[in-house]
Amino acid sequence: MADSILVVVEQRDGKLNRVSWETIAAGQAIAAETGWPLEAAVAGAGVGAIASEVKGKKLVKVYAIESAKLQPYTPDAFAHALKSFLVKYPTRLVLMPHTYQVRDFVPKLATALGSTAITDSVGYKYEGGKLMFTRQMFQGKFVADVSFAGTGPCFVTFQNGAFRGDKVEAGGSAAVETVNIDVPDGTVRNKPQDVFKEAKQAVDLTQAEIIVSVGRGIKEQKNIEIAKQLAEALGGELAASRPICDNGWLPMDRQIGSSGQTVAPKLYLALGISGAIQHIVGMKGAKSIIAINKDSEAPIFEIADYAVVGNLFDIVPPLIEEVKKAKG
Amino acid sequence: MKILVCMKQVPQKDAPLKLNEAGTWIREDVSYEVNEPDAFALEEALRQREKHSGEVVVVTAGPARAQQVLREALAKGADRAIHLEGDGLVALDAYNTARAIAAAIKDEKFDLIFTGLQSDDYGYAQTGVILAEILGWPHATIIMQIEKNEGGIRVKRELEAGFFQFVDVPLPAVLTIQSGINKLRYATLIGIKQAKAKPMRKVALEEVQSAIGSNLQKIEKLYIPQKSKNTEFLEGAPAEVAKKLVDRLKNEVRVL
Ligand SMILES: Cc1cc2nc3c(=O)[nH]c(=O)nc-3n(C[C@H](O)[C@H](O)[C@H](O)COP(=O)(O)OP(=O)(O)OC[C@H]3O[C@@H](n4cnc5c(N)ncnc54)[C@H](O)[C@@H]3O)c2cc1C
Ligand SMILES: Nc1ncnc2c1ncn2[C@@H]1O[C@H](COP(=O)(O)O)[C@@H](O)[C@H]1O
Repeated sequence: MADSILVVVEQRDGKLNRVSWETIAAGQAIAAETGWPLEAAVAGAGVGAIASEVKGKKLVKVYAIESAKLQPYTPDAFAHALKSFLVKYPTRLVLMPHTYQVRDFVPKLATALGSTAITDSVGYKYEGGKLMFTRQMFQGKFVADVSFAGTGPCFVTFQNGAFRGDKVEAGGSAAVETVNIDVPDGTVRNKPQDVFKEAKQAVDLTQAEIIVSVGRGIKEQKNIEIAKQLAEALGGELAASRPICDNGWLPMDRQIGSSGQTVAPKLYLALGISGAIQHIVGMKGAKSIIAINKDSEAPIFEIADYAVVGNLFDIVPPLIEEVKKAKG
Repeated sequence: MKILVCMKQVPQKDAPLKLNEAGTWIREDVSYEVNEPDAFALEEALRQREKHSGEVVVVTAGPARAQQVLREALAKGADRAIHLEGDGLVALDAYNTARAIAAAIKDEKFDLIFTGLQSDDYGYAQTGVILAEILGWPHATIIMQIEKNEGGIRVKRELEAGFFQFVDVPLPAVLTIQSGINKLRYATLIGIKQAKAKPMRKVALEEVQSAIGSNLQKIEKLYIPQKSKNTEFLEGAPAEVAKKLVDRLKNEVRVL
């Protein structure tokens, strides 16, 4: 098997998912250290334009993997097409972004090839000729360096934001090769319907300057009141982590995170939120982050500017009073 | 409908975790609980059985302590349990975990297998999808709703940023269930009593050993993440901390 790296970029309905640039940046960094050539591929129906968009980057080659059966997305068709491609064009390392789409098919694809996928990685290490990928474990409380065994191809998916998409090196004039794959009738078993959004959002938290966000540390629905009072005192909006919205304690449109809203306020005040990655991706762009959590090892503190280790029920009431005083 | 629910025991969310001496795993002397989405998967299976009748079977792959998860599931209403038991199961990668589970259920015929969408400890987000591939079944991931229809089931998949999608899936199939798909029930006293009489089949790791291979990925080192930010820890009595916070809000964050 050739020692080479393939980045499979993600497209949906003929549009490149921007997170793919981060994966190409990861591929370029690994290629620079290992000396392995870097190629890219895009799979779908009519993806020539995306292949052209990608080929301007520093890459050796770009493949357009084509089949009418790849639109709309199904795990059966994608796993089949990419498996056929990888059998024909073997490679050592296959990199993808850790999107919902990728996590839907990559375990199937890796298994079909007798290989494995290191998912949701945040970085890599190349030490003494050995490649390792760093991934969070135990909900972000620890990280692990993980190595591959077996003969590959090894699949790796990267967490959103692990690499800088704007740091992708241009300067390539990679050739585009179109590879037509036959996906036989009967391969695709699922019938996907159109993608849709639930009822319209009533609040737009993306414009909020100050957000007070509550997590499961608030314990009971009635306690949300003190967070609300703090938000009002600060002149900000109330938001929450997912379990709070799942419980129906606050409406869905106040959920921050990968399956909710992404916000970048001046101030994000997290009350009793542990800081799971799916929450952090939705708020790490905030200019200032204050976290109040009783667990000194909560991962939220890793990204906080100001940290208070303590019981939110002790700290929030005097905080409301102090804020009111300061505002006069 | 006959439904299998895969349930994993993981360290409790609030449990303080410590590394073992080799720095390859945690010290196991912590409290455990059921992996959160797996609890929702069980609840969904019970609801499907209430609607369409059938059977709910739960399986866990783990050491003796993991049996607690099965006991709780039986108390909540599962019909029977399979405990794939062995200390070595903790260290398996997702492929081997799926292969071990597949081997333990090889004489069973299910219409549906539910897993959680990911585990709180490893967080592979893979075991269910791999199990589907091993069985040759279709799958759908991150499921928020399940309805029976003529050809099989219609499921609602969660996508990123508030988007969803309905997908028709023929049976048998594997679904990975998202937390929040339903409201969890509590075990009742009667349930806890009845659970004692329900069947629990034990399968020793050795019995499925021939179905699994060596791990395809290996944790070389487990460690506490490095801080990327310069965090200021504010200390003192609550009133004092509140004053300090307001000072920062005024003078540094400048929102007051
Ligand atoms: C595919 C997928 C998508 C997801 N999407 C999202 C998403 O969009 N948004 C999201 O938020 N999550 C999402 N999640 C869930 C995420 O993984 C976490 O489970 C969730 O964010 C945890 O919420 P939490 O921090 O409120 O609860 P927990 O993790 O239970 O944390 C509660 C925290 O409160 C602290 N605490 C308890 N009592 C007190 C007290 N008295 N005072 C101070 N602190 C206290 C505890 O120490 C703990 O750190 C998603 C998960 C998956 C797998
Ligand atoms: N040891 C295990 N025993 C039973 N179910 C498991 C086990 N490991 C994983 N699973 C199931 O697979 C899901 C996904 O786990 P993972 O692939 O580790 O993220 C979990 O939510 C469980 O439903």
